Amino acid sequence: MGKTIAKKSDHVNALKSLIGNQIFIPIAALLLLVIFHLIMDPSFFAIKMGTNSAGNAVLSGYLITILDSGSELAILAIGMTLVTAASGGQDISVGATIAIAGSVILRVLCGTNSRPDSLQAPIIVAFLVACVAGMLCGAFNGILVAKFKIQPMVATLILFTAGRSIAAWINNNELPVISDKTFTYFGEYIPGIPIPTPFFIAMACVLVIALVLKFTNLRLYIQSVGINEGASKLNGLNPAFVKFLSFVILGLCVAVAGLIKVSRISTINYSVIAKDIEMDAILAVALGGNALGGGKFNMTASILGAYVIQCLTTTLYKFNVQSDALPAYKAVVVIALVVFSAPMVKEKAAELGKKIKKNKKAGEVA
Amino acid sequence: MKKKLLAALLVGAMVLGMVGCGSKSSDATAGSAAASTSGDLIKVGIINNDPNESGYRTANDADMKAMFTEENGYEASFAYSLKNDEQITAAQKFIQDGVDYLLLSAADTAGWDSVLKDAQDAGIRVILFDRTIDADESLYEASIVSDMAKEGETAVTWLKDQGLDSINVIHIQGVMGSAAQQGRTGALDDAAAAGDLTIVDQQTAEWNAEKAQQIVQSAIDAGKDFNVIYAENDDMAKGAVAALDKANISHGVGKDVVVMGFDCNAWALEELLNQNWNYDGQCNPFQASYIDEVIKTIQDGGTPEEKVIIMEEKGFDATTITQDDVDKYGI
Repeated sequence: MGKTIAKKSDHVNALKSLIGNQIFIPIAALLLLVIFHLIMDPSFFAIKMGTNSAGNAVLSGYLITILDSGSELAILAIGMTLVTAASGGQDISVGATIAIAGSVILRVLCGTNSRPDSLQAPIIVAFLVACVAGMLCGAFNGILVAKFKIQPMVATLILFTAGRSIAAWINNNELPVISDKTFTYFGEYIPGIPIPTPFFIAMACVLVIALVLKFTNLRLYIQSVGINEGASKLNGLNPAFVKFLSFVILGLCVAVAGLIKVSRISTINYSVIAKDIEMDAILAVALGGNALGGGKFNMTASILGAYVIQCLTTTLYKFNVQSDALPAYKAVVVIALVVFSAPMVKEKAAELGKKIKKNKKAGEVA
Repeated sequence: MKKKLLAALLVGAMVLGMVGCGSKSSDATAGSAAASTSGDLIKVGIINNDPNESGYRTANDADMKAMFTEENGYEASFAYSLKNDEQITAAQKFIQDGVDYLLLSAADTAGWDSVLKDAQDAGIRVILFDRTIDADESLYEASIVSDMAKEGETAVTWLKDQGLDSINVIHIQGVMGSAAQQGRTGALDDAAAAGDLTIVDQQTAEWNAEKAQQIVQSAIDAGKDFNVIYAENDDMAKGAVAALDKANISHGVGKDVVVMGFDCNAWALEELLNQNWNYDGQCNPFQASYIDEVIKTIQDGGTPEEKVIIMEEKGFDATTITQDDVDKYGI
């Protein structure tokens, strides 16, 4: 909430320099949504203080819902941006690997009994095992892409197809339910803190990746591999390893998102958990103005893009749009993005701008 | 070189896949091989959907496996697939093996005529369970199914009998067009059209708990006035309840919001037992005893009284449910 307001005033101050900037696209989209809501129903922005059924004071309102539900997407957008930039392709298996990571968490917490009265292992252990599982899935994709030079979308198609069955197999096809209240802290609220925990987890991930990008050469390496693999190899980089690394990082992001997802409902449904989330994650990267063909990237723009998508989803729910029609609305956004970022359209627009200027000048002279 | 590597990799993947699939069918053949040693068992070939599909299917498969055993006088072979053509291939194989009965839960309604004719010519009796098909009735002995519309009616009748001053429903639907969605939605829509209740919000969450949570969250954020959650399966009811908990809206017996689910998962019935939910409608996966009865009738030289046998399905009320119900009917 504070973030959006800050972004807004930034926008007013630095409008001109922003238009040329990559981050302009998600901010413009966000602004459009904000204006739309101000006109339609300003109560969209209301935030109320209430208590939840556990007796904790919590904030509620559409904006909180957006920050809460958008967390997984923001976390995935981080990894997806790196994969896109390094490999020039997208990982479509993130939804299925979330199912795997979530299943692993429940498996470790429940042991062999699918309905335990108490947790069989500390949550942190379950989470770490899930991180390993997520990174292994990422490594599998990464090896196919980096070593065997398979198209990322084709390589990740394997886990996309098989992932949910693997997830079911991990738990012997049972649906574990966790009754321990502490497990819900990750997807809901920690007692005494009125802001949903997923938001903090997402912000922690953002902070970590910001520090990594600032203090290591990861950004430089990924961008140079994405822009020109041959040239970066000649300069002593190992493009295969950089690509592999980006997939492993995405695997880690997936594990974190998986923890939030299973914590939200304390159980899992293999066939529908995080369904179609890969499309939203890719859309977030595109909305962030990043080239889907790889190369330079802007992490802030991707993360902002993720929240814009969640804002769009929440908006559509608010206006009672049938939820199976949601993808159609998102498709419209994708089409608009793709068309506007196409070089041909940009050229034409520039030409048109020049013509208008010329005409104006001509008119003034006459 | 690269192509060779890729080819080797793909071959490896295919082999792995075959081994993966093979392990399941080898279980089945091992079972039938052991059974064929004794003489006068009734041979049944069972074609089902993948047991991984859902909790319903898992319970259904376990029920079949428990009924069609040697002790009960059966020699059973199983085949699983979510694809119609693979199921038809399996049916042809069972016909060649000379089974006495073919039990079928078809993945798709179309395309079964010719293979069922083959079965008829070979003197094999066909019994359908769970799913019906578009084929002539003479091609099968009986069809044992759930009546989804009746499930919906039972639930809506229960709701109307609760004596609420006004009934304002948030209706969370399953995947649009599925039989369960159509049946369970139909009854509620009819009641709304008749003015018995008001539907505040009607949305599909596609059987998905998270989507249901977002839908109910959105209704709460919008300040909508509702006192009933009618979710077409247990998962979605759970998602809805998560949203209610967040907003401190009380739910369950004698509370602000009535929570209704379907499918009778064991964990959902426990929610009923704890009075956190109010109602759960059954979608009966236990068809094996019905099939057993039909086979016994035919073996004794009779014919089943009705072609289409609709299973008895219960609706559980949180105020009357017992631990025994949870153990017996929970899936």
